[in-house]
Amino acid sequence: MTTRPFDAHRGSLDRLLASREIAIVCGPGGVGKTTIAAAAAAMAACHHGGRVLVLTVDPARRLADALGLAGIGNAEHKIPEEMFREAGVTPRGELWAAMLDTQASWDALIERHAPDRRTKEQILANPLYRNIAGRFVQSHDYIAVERLFEIHSTGDYDLIVVDTPPSRHALDFLDAPKRMAEFFSSRLLRWLIIPYRSRLVNLASRPFYQIADRVLGTQFLADIAEFFILFQSMHAGFVERADAVVRLLADRRTTFIVVSTLESSPLGEAELFADELVRRHLHLGAVILNRTLPDYLRDTRAGAVARALGEGADEIAKRLPTDPAITAPLLREVAESFLNFSLVARREAEQRDELAPSSEVVAGAPAFENDISSLAGLLALGETIWG
Amino acid sequence: MNDGGGTPVTATSGEAADPPLPGLLGRELLFVTGKGGVGKTTVAAALAQLAAQRGKRVLACDIDASGGLGSMFEVGPTGFVPTPVAPGISVMSMDTEASLREYLKLNLRIPLVGRIGPLAKAFDFVATAAPGVREILTVGKLCWEVREGHFDLVVVDAPASGHVISQLGAPQAINDLVKVGQIRTQTDWMLDILSDPNRTGVIAVTTPEEMPVTETLELTERIANETAAALVAVVVNRVLPELFSTREEEVFERLREPKLADLISDAVGGDVTPVLEAARLAVTMRRARAVHLRFLQERLDPSVPVLLVPYMFTRVGGLRSTRQVASSLGEELGL
Repeated sequence: MTTRPFDAHRGSLDRLLASREIAIVCGPGGVGKTTIAAAAAAMAACHHGGRVLVLTVDPARRLADALGLAGIGNAEHKIPEEMFREAGVTPRGELWAAMLDTQASWDALIERHAPDRRTKEQILANPLYRNIAGRFVQSHDYIAVERLFEIHSTGDYDLIVVDTPPSRHALDFLDAPKRMAEFFSSRLLRWLIIPYRSRLVNLASRPFYQIADRVLGTQFLADIAEFFILFQSMHAGFVERADAVVRLLADRRTTFIVVSTLESSPLGEAELFADELVRRHLHLGAVILNRTLPDYLRDTRAGAVARALGEGADEIAKRLPTDPAITAPLLREVAESFLNFSLVARREAEQRDELAPSSEVVAGAPAFENDISSLAGLLALGETIWG
Repeated sequence: MNDGGGTPVTATSGEAADPPLPGLLGRELLFVTGKGGVGKTTVAAALAQLAAQRGKRVLACDIDASGGLGSMFEVGPTGFVPTPVAPGISVMSMDTEASLREYLKLNLRIPLVGRIGPLAKAFDFVATAAPGVREILTVGKLCWEVREGHFDLVVVDAPASGHVISQLGAPQAINDLVKVGQIRTQTDWMLDILSDPNRTGVIAVTTPEEMPVTETLELTERIANETAAALVAVVVNRVLPELFSTREEEVFERLREPKLADLISDAVGGDVTPVLEAARLAVTMRRARAVHLRFLQERLDPSVPVLLVPYMFTRVGGLRSTRQVASSLGEELGL
């Protein structure tokens, strides 16, 4: 093949994952992050050995599909060795998987930080709490990194591969611990709940409360206040924890893997994300471009052949033993189709080259003809990005 | 709210009276949603374009402020104030803080922006704690534009699947949480607009691939169970063309035999194998996708129209692709 400007990568995913304890797989939604994370973890378990965990936080619960497992839960589960044997491999290590259950993780967090049993029960019973844990969008982001920290500190795993939640902005989860800490430390929050703490404050004298009351209603404000008063009791624990989580993200043992497809909108988001990682001095270990077209589509000689085929279709059809009335239009279709896909493939290559300088490893995974729904499929995908 | 800035450019349609658009585009508020990367923004822009071509005054709203919608009309990122970008089309980006400020100005008659600063910040905390508050500011602004009638149609480039549910469900969530207060009185008229299938509709965009299809089916269920809004169409984007008929395919398989392939190679003066291989890849991709498309059509409520948009080999993004997608959607809608 003539056009392969792309092979000159400096590292490999193999080497990257061999030297790290945490790999955070991130990028825009819909690019196959979950599958790439599972494939990378499966490869590491096969080749590097040790205990490898893939932690997925995607509420769509797709990792279970890809691993052929229905309903893995918040607890870590070992992928049975038979599944590897069925896929035709003998893994050196173990592959574990866990799905993030936001509600269960929040409950566990309250258990840990609540100063006493009564506070714990009050929080769990507060009408806002269920809503916060279940529906508050950013809580996925915070819970994901929090759970990562929790698992990492058990020391049970040699490598943890984390699939990040789909966010409005891919960066949300990076800021989540800090936002959570700021939230609990904020003066405004304390200000908001003052009147409910002390009946001595004259509520009506403050314009802010007047407005808040009119907009939200007193009962609702009281619910919010009660919730935060309870949460305040866990303030120190939360802030300390959030700080530790932020340190872990910046640790030398942590690397980030950005996944994207080569379509313009996800790619733009992935580029922003890569820049932001660099700006924050976080380790951008690899960029993985998913669902790329095969290289032969960019072969210039093949392109010339396709054009000749289209132009000479009538002549060529006559020389073949098949019915020329069917063959000639068929050849034109074939030629046209090659040129169409070739255009897309060349556009992809152009974009891939632009990304190349940004990271140690840039790997492309092909578009698989069928969606991956087995460990064998995951490993086949893994092979394409590993070396 | 628009401060006059939102007055849309009138479409240069020669017709004296706008004929009522039946079906899809006859509604006032359309939420276009779907998994990331399926071409949601292009479809939203194309629908705006289609409606505007037929004399509608259209507001297209970008929810995530990424400027994606503006770029579909070749303009840069837009702000909270609707900006005319094409005949009949204005674009705005949602900004919940600006929406709050506008809300306070309109409803509580608090004109001093300076005093709203800390209030907005405090509100941010309330919004963080109370689900639905931030979403209600988004949905509220959209419903308000509909109610005020500055535009005939508001097309929303809505956030990816899961988030749109919280937005559409926000008025109900607020209703459940808040028993009195000004917010409560606001949610009732919003619910009236959102729950009327003749005024509001959700359009799910997908591609004929397994995971987008699975998520679309999950989404349609959640729309039905968790929101008052109705799913009014599913757009399947990037549908690959059918390359061969059955008879052609038989011939094609013969051509791939080494003896015939060599004959063709000799005739064109170069190895034809990659060209044949590419055609085979196109056929396999198309076939794999057809399975997912069929699965989608079988599971969907048959009353929901499925609109197919072909794969565009030539362009991604920009006004040119907006036009191409608009014209295939127009054909699908029989316009």
